[in-house]
Amino acid sequence: MDWFIDTPYFGILISIVMFEIGLYINKKTKIPVLHPLLISIGLIIGILLAFDISLETYEKGGNMISFFLGPVTVTLAVPLYKKIDLLKKHTKPILIGIIVGVFTSILSVVGLTKLFGYEDEMIYSLIPKSITTPIGIEVSESIGGIPSITVVSIIVTGIIGAIVAPFVCKIFRIEDKVAKGIAIGTSSHAVGTSKAMEMGETEGAMSGLAIGLAGLLTAVIVPILLIVLD
Amino acid sequence: MRILRQFGIIIGIFMVGEFINNILHVPIPGNIIGMVLLFIALHSKVIKLEMIEEVSEFLLKHLAFFFIAPGVALIALLDRLSSVWLSFGLILIISTILVMGITGVVVQQVIRRGEK
Repeated sequence: MDWFIDTPYFGILISIVMFEIGLYINKKTKIPVLHPLLISIGLIIGILLAFDISLETYEKGGNMISFFLGPVTVTLAVPLYKKIDLLKKHTKPILIGIIVGVFTSILSVVGLTKLFGYEDEMIYSLIPKSITTPIGIEVSESIGGIPSITVVSIIVTGIIGAIVAPFVCKIFRIEDKVAKGIAIGTSSHAVGTSKAMEMGETEGAMSGLAIGLAGLLTAVIVPILLIVLD
Repeated sequence: MRILRQFGIIIGIFMVGEFINNILHVPIPGNIIGMVLLFIALHSKVIKLEMIEEVSEFLLKHLAFFFIAPGVALIALLDRLSSVWLSFGLILIISTILVMGITGVVVQQVIRRGEK
């Protein structure tokens, strides 16, 4: 079997097939918690463990999929460009909202992790959980977190954001499309943005904008805030 | 060739972003710099929307899929997180709901106040 499994094709094929199954289950059951990304990651991990296939073997193909993460972030400029009028019109509320969101994220993570008695290393690893992976890794490293734990917390947060977005908008009575998009992008980066795009063009564009801004603000605020909190 | 050319333009902009990130040592990752560059290029009509539209649409439509590999990498941390997974999940869920709810309410309130 090695001739098949030990190639990049294996990781790519298994990812596409499992994601397809995830989409199918999500569509059939209509249960939001059964997010396609969550299902496919769970299934792949299950298969790797069951057949004793190493992560390195999967990543031969998996890394080729991750290759697209760079270019795909660049293309987030496209929906934003299409909605430039809204951005110009609502610059102030958007900026204020993202700043408040970034502070809420950092403070709630610090508060909750302390509540559960987490060690400093884990606290620092979780602080960048809401922002895009490349900035999150940098922030985590610069304050003494563990990058691999940060990556997991970022992915899990993204999936949580995509799942809870419709409920949160309902419970908090967020009806404005710009507000919805900014809220989703600030809290759950690109994975949340995929849900925002399903909700509508404006929501998707604003969510994409929030990814970059929330990431940058977090990178600036975290080191300063940690000194203040100490 | 049209689709390939679109891919080329997008990857080219991404590479310029990476280049700027490496040369200037700014803490902004190359993909975010690339996003800003593409936005400026579209706005100033240096790049027309048609020149990248189909590939952009393809990539954005499958946004969630591209996160599959970093998600599977969780497997390497299963031992480490096995004792804390419940609190780990709870912290992320509560914080994500708080951030999303509060951010949305603030943006909405400021917009509505401005419109009055």
